[in-house]
Amino acid sequence: MSAQIGKPTGKKKAFVSELLGRSDYAIIGDIVEARTKVLDLGCGEGELLEWLAQTKGVDARGVEISGAKVQRAIARGVSVFQSDIDAGLADYPDHAFDYVILSQTLQETRHPREVLREMLRVGRRGIVAFPNFGHWRVRFSMLTSGGAPRTRLFPYEWYESPNIHFLTVRDFENLAALEGMKVERRYFLAGSRKVRTLPNLMAEVAVYLLSRE
Amino acid sequence: MIVTANTLGFDSLSLDNGATLAPVEVTYESYGELNAARSNAILVLHAFSGDAHAAGISPETGQPGWWDNMIGPGKAFDTNRYFVICSNVLGGCRGTTGPSSVNPATGCPYGMSFPVITVGDMVRLQRMLLDALGIERLLAVTGGSMGGMQALEWAVAYPRRVVSAIPIAATTRHSAQQIAFNEVGRQAIMADPNWNSGNYYGKELPGRGLAVARMVGHITYMSDDSMREKFGRRLRGKEAFGFDFEVDFEVENYLRYRGSQFVGRFDANSYLYITKAMDYFDLTNGQRSLAGALEAVEARFLVISFSSDWLYPSYQSQELVRALRSRNCDVAYVELQSNYGHDSFLVDVAEQASLVRGFLASTFEKLA
Repeated sequence: MSAQIGKPTGKKKAFVSELLGRSDYAIIGDIVEARTKVLDLGCGEGELLEWLAQTKGVDARGVEISGAKVQRAIARGVSVFQSDIDAGLADYPDHAFDYVILSQTLQETRHPREVLREMLRVGRRGIVAFPNFGHWRVRFSMLTSGGAPRTRLFPYEWYESPNIHFLTVRDFENLAALEGMKVERRYFLAGSRKVRTLPNLMAEVAVYLLSRE
Repeated sequence: MIVTANTLGFDSLSLDNGATLAPVEVTYESYGELNAARSNAILVLHAFSGDAHAAGISPETGQPGWWDNMIGPGKAFDTNRYFVICSNVLGGCRGTTGPSSVNPATGCPYGMSFPVITVGDMVRLQRMLLDALGIERLLAVTGGSMGGMQALEWAVAYPRRVVSAIPIAATTRHSAQQIAFNEVGRQAIMADPNWNSGNYYGKELPGRGLAVARMVGHITYMSDDSMREKFGRRLRGKEAFGFDFEVDFEVENYLRYRGSQFVGRFDANSYLYITKAMDYFDLTNGQRSLAGALEAVEARFLVISFSSDWLYPSYQSQELVRALRSRNCDVAYVELQSNYGHDSFLVDVAEQASLVRGFLASTFEKLA
């Protein structure tokens, strides 16, 4: 998992709680119902899955490309298999899961549109969290520096970034509409604060709950 | 930890080839204590040339078990928590009935009159052992190589009795390459005049043939990297080539040593029978697809392969993982990075141990 989610400053009051140091995890933790079947794509070391299994009794599975992370996930008792996401979903039957989670990973996949389609084939619902490339800081960074933007959410030099598909809130809404995916819920975050207006400009991270109409 | 082997006898065992073996004995060791709920039993299955002595120190030989680095108090298969059983396979030569056992009908060793057996037969005998021990469900079945093949057979043949399976460096069926290496070993044995159609008991052993078979085997268990690291082109006890056909290179010496050592502890006919059983093994067994064969499986899986294992390459484990996923089975999989080739599951166990420890703990927790 590459994109860094802002840590709470401690000064401003957080409207969204954090889970494992991440506000998108807190929202995902809220969305997922107890005793469901969950697949986390790009699950890292399985922290979220472990939390969901322990607190919500979900049947938790994960996919992760890094062997070292898979090892740590399995060692903590989470069923993770080593694969890239683009290829890892094909084997599952339709609706094998209640939720398929893609947290801060969509922008790293090679074929994000295919991944979204596969998510909603394999899962009844998809939860997608991604860093918003339309945030004003990103725009400002690019405008003033003339170089590829670097912000706390996109801290990498262009040649080191794992992010290969940059997208904004608007881009995602457009693609969801194009694909006929129903947005059941949407959440916009800046740090751990909820964003209520102009999400494409103000949100650092967006979280969507999707299903097929 | 000093351990002793036990042997149990059964009236008969029906075999996949239609024959019945009667009577039949099985030798096993166990470590740790079975809990009151009988829910902490783990069956460890040995690889081709292994035996029931998986852990602890044998009072007979003073040697540690073949997986002593994985099984014991505080180890991955923690005998403070789990009850671990390992039995010698059917067709073997370390206590369980095999071609070197005496056929009660003739009073002579079976030799080549021993029926051709399968991995399914091995597992059926293990099931009889567990029945006799009063163990209905296994927390885990596990093993590397042929042990992993038996673990898979267990999960498919007795789905209700297997809570989890940990096949390591294994396959759902032998490839042409794997069959080919086994065939070279068998031909080496049968080409030895001392083999004498399997009738060599009490006479000169087919030691040359068996040693050559083992030499080939050892090459397949290592990797190019591990051989380069271990031997390179170093010469054995000399500064220059001998310009003869005695040992020049370290690697030659090593293979000769391993080959001759093997002759002292393994039966040539067991080599034939067990490699044949491995070659026949095919988990799909009459089903149209591997996924179809896994239909009844209830176990959760931890599948492990090793990057430098070219004898049981990762793609074989990945085929299994894909089929399990298509059945929506609970499966964890990782390819561990190791230079030790197929032998990795025996010698390079630190990461493997942490995986197994975590997987077992969560499986045991879910069961409770």
